[in-house]
Amino acid sequence: MTSALFIEQLLNGLQFGVMLFLMAAGLTLVFGVMGLINLAHGALYMVGAFACATVANATGSFSLGIAASIAAAAAAGAIVEIAVIRRLYTRDHLDQVLATFALILIFSEGTRWIFGSFPLFLDVPELLAGPVMLPGGIQYPLYRLAIILVGGLVAVGLYLLIAKTRLGIRIRAGESDRAMIAALGIDIRFLYTVVFALGAALAGLAGALVGAIQSVEVGMGEPVLILAFVVIVIGGIGSIKGALVGAILVGVVDTMGRFLLPQFFQIFMDNVNANSVGSALATMLIYILMALVLIVKPKGLFPAHG
Amino acid sequence: MADKKPILTIKNLYKSFGALKATDDVSLDLYEGEIHALIGPNGAGKSTLIKQISGDYQSDSGSIHFLDQDLAGLGVAERARAGLGRTFQVSSLALEFSALRNVMLAVQSKSGSSFKFFKSVQKDADLIEPAMQMLKEVGLEGRADIPAAELSHGERRQLEVAIALALKPKAFLLDEPMAGLGPAGSKNLTGFLDQLRHQAPILLVEHDMDAVFALADRISVLVYGRIIAAGTVDEIRGNPLVREAYLGEEAS
Amino acid sequence: MVNLSRENGFNFLLAAGLLIIPFIAQSMDEPFGITLATRVAVLALAGVGLNLALGSGGLVSFGHAAFFGLGGYVAGILAHHALNYEPIMLSPFEINGTTEMLIIWPLAMLVSGLAALLIGYFSLRTSGVYFIMITLAFAQMIYYFAISWPAYGGEDGLPIYLRNTFPGVNTMDPISFFLIAYVILLLVIALVHVLNNSRFGAALQAARQNDERLSAVGIAPFNIRLVAFVISAMITGLAGALQADLLKFVDPSALSWHMSGEIMIFVILGGVGRLFGPVAGAALFILFESIFGGMTEYWMLFLGAVLLIVVLFARGGLVGFIAGKARHG
Repeated sequence: MTSALFIEQLLNGLQFGVMLFLMAAGLTLVFGVMGLINLAHGALYMVGAFACATVANATGSFSLGIAASIAAAAAAGAIVEIAVIRRLYTRDHLDQVLATFALILIFSEGTRWIFGSFPLFLDVPELLAGPVMLPGGIQYPLYRLAIILVGGLVAVGLYLLIAKTRLGIRIRAGESDRAMIAALGIDIRFLYTVVFALGAALAGLAGALVGAIQSVEVGMGEPVLILAFVVIVIGGIGSIKGALVGAILVGVVDTMGRFLLPQFFQIFMDNVNANSVGSALATMLIYILMALVLIVKPKGLFPAHG
Repeated sequence: MADKKPILTIKNLYKSFGALKATDDVSLDLYEGEIHALIGPNGAGKSTLIKQISGDYQSDSGSIHFLDQDLAGLGVAERARAGLGRTFQVSSLALEFSALRNVMLAVQSKSGSSFKFFKSVQKDADLIEPAMQMLKEVGLEGRADIPAAELSHGERRQLEVAIALALKPKAFLLDEPMAGLGPAGSKNLTGFLDQLRHQAPILLVEHDMDAVFALADRISVLVYGRIIAAGTVDEIRGNPLVREAYLGEEAS
Repeated sequence: MVNLSRENGFNFLLAAGLLIIPFIAQSMDEPFGITLATRVAVLALAGVGLNLALGSGGLVSFGHAAFFGLGGYVAGILAHHALNYEPIMLSPFEINGTTEMLIIWPLAMLVSGLAALLIGYFSLRTSGVYFIMITLAFAQMIYYFAISWPAYGGEDGLPIYLRNTFPGVNTMDPISFFLIAYVILLLVIALVHVLNNSRFGAALQAARQNDERLSAVGIAPFNIRLVAFVISAMITGLAGALQADLLKFVDPSALSWHMSGEIMIFVILGGVGRLFGPVAGAALFILFESIFGGMTEYWMLFLGAVLLIVVLFARGGLVGFIAGKARHG
């Protein structure tokens, strides 16, 4: 194993983590502010990817595709919030799970109906295609580096939004005391719609960005959604900071596990066995990480409430 | 008192939430046959202290001994099994269950394992009869089949006491049992608690000063997490510190 | 107000109806009807398992597919080894495959129960959304493991070439296999009924209503919930073993979170915490699938819409609709 390869994998882990953060941020924000568990968050990721692929392929402009992904996911989020989600805030978690599970079925089958079962293809934009030379002579795909950059910018942006803006103050007030914010005369229904649409937009952006390196297909949001759950359980549900730390942790541990574990087992097994044992164990690694975190901190690394 | 052994001994108990010292070097004890009242203004840390004793909170330092057993590290259920019978400040009941079944749950816990999977509780005289007896003691036998959710506020308080009785505890922790009861209800309950002390001693948190002064053998006054005074009813009545910190506030 | 005699009557009709359908199907020479009825029985059994945790205990497990799939894989793996005459392991002692359902079922329940013990130990330390997400995550872990572990077919799954055997019964005969599943379903429902009325059941329902109250009387909710979670998983695991034999095939989709969602749908459509709720729910689900599945390949879209309407506007499910809101004496 060369150190260049090691660093490349580390960057892959970081890129994966940043993408998970985009997903987890919306989930954790919606839970923190509205107390809602939203399984359909992965559907919004898918909506973003399909919107980006459709628009980018039609216009030839990746930037337009990205804009479309954000707009489409935010719009879908707002519509879903107004039509369905808003009725669920006062319900128990079981109802929330079932209703948002129903939304997944509707989104997935609806998308399959419109776009068919075949994956769409979305190419990396020419501007960002190809590798870039990093210090130390490491070649790394420019596009993946760009994803890391975008994720970092979003993290900073979210921090500023929540710490410095009026919307952020309301979001924080909503987290600590829902009755109070309503008493202050802030239109809480509108605030909730905005927060939900914001989370949806981030998910849509993640879907679009990843769509260019993986295929755009129905059901693509679901594995990511479950990883995002692991992320916010580790980070502490409701905490944006926890989502960031948890996402990077999960991204890096998962990627490095898949890379290192098979090599580790090669020390005392033949290659074929080592690969199958190593990769099978690697798939379990982040869940073991989650279990360990829960033993030490049952409310996650950065518990948001109490 | 000096010749008796305390049932419950609390020594140098601390508990902080961040910078707030909710319990600050609290020591107190509870002897057989007595009612020891714990009073103090709102936010003095009475509830925190009760929760430390009941096991909801683990203490930062200090010790709680109950019947010579160190309670450190034991959870709520274990402490209840050890003989701490408790009522809540805000009634806490299995709301879908009838009054009778709420009490049966306590009898079930007292009479052995809950890991019995086959015999129906609906016909289990070993559970029903003692539970019914407890309901009679608090005067709720006529409401045995009513779901707890449909009981009046006063009846729920009575039911809480019946549940605590069913545990045959070695000490009672009663957190504001008079709260929300009318004058008649308070008077009834005062008479009841007066007798109850002979079954097991009572650590009583209460805002109703008439009840406290009528019942308590001893009183401890908690202010900002510290016990500022402890003694008999007369000693506490005459204590200028208490008047200033607490009774004065109440009077104004 | 709950109408007990009406609920009992409905339960009886449901049980009788499910029993009669395969025979009608056979007399009309429509063997597919027998398969559908068997699927209802098997899926209802999975739901009965979840209903114990969810309905009685209030534990919103979104990971019951883990137990369903594990039960299925136990059946598949044992049959696989029996047919190949390869022992499953040699050291420290030799374990061979088997095609005897009477051995497969207890093993399926054992494996699901052990998995539940481990998953429950971690997830029951938490509550609310944490519990939902953690059960989901652990189930997903087993799902990915099954996909990436090549020995038993990985993503492609594992066929069971000959349905496993039961002494004195020709399991290849569809009606006979249906009767096996049906009898198990009724036995387990009876068992769950007894459990719910026992001291354990009382403690479990109290844990759902108010765990503070339960611990204040000296019963630790964690222990009660963990045992309920394990029993619940064993029932669902048994259903998984039957499902593998019904389909003569087991693959990772039995472990997927869609499966967890579907098992939950059976419980909800029928009525949470109702004894026969999962039977009603599974029957509705299969009915829906056969009717709409024949019309459009996007029938899940309509399932989603119906589920959404049920959750938003018709809580209580079918049994609740017929017999009124649940109430516990």
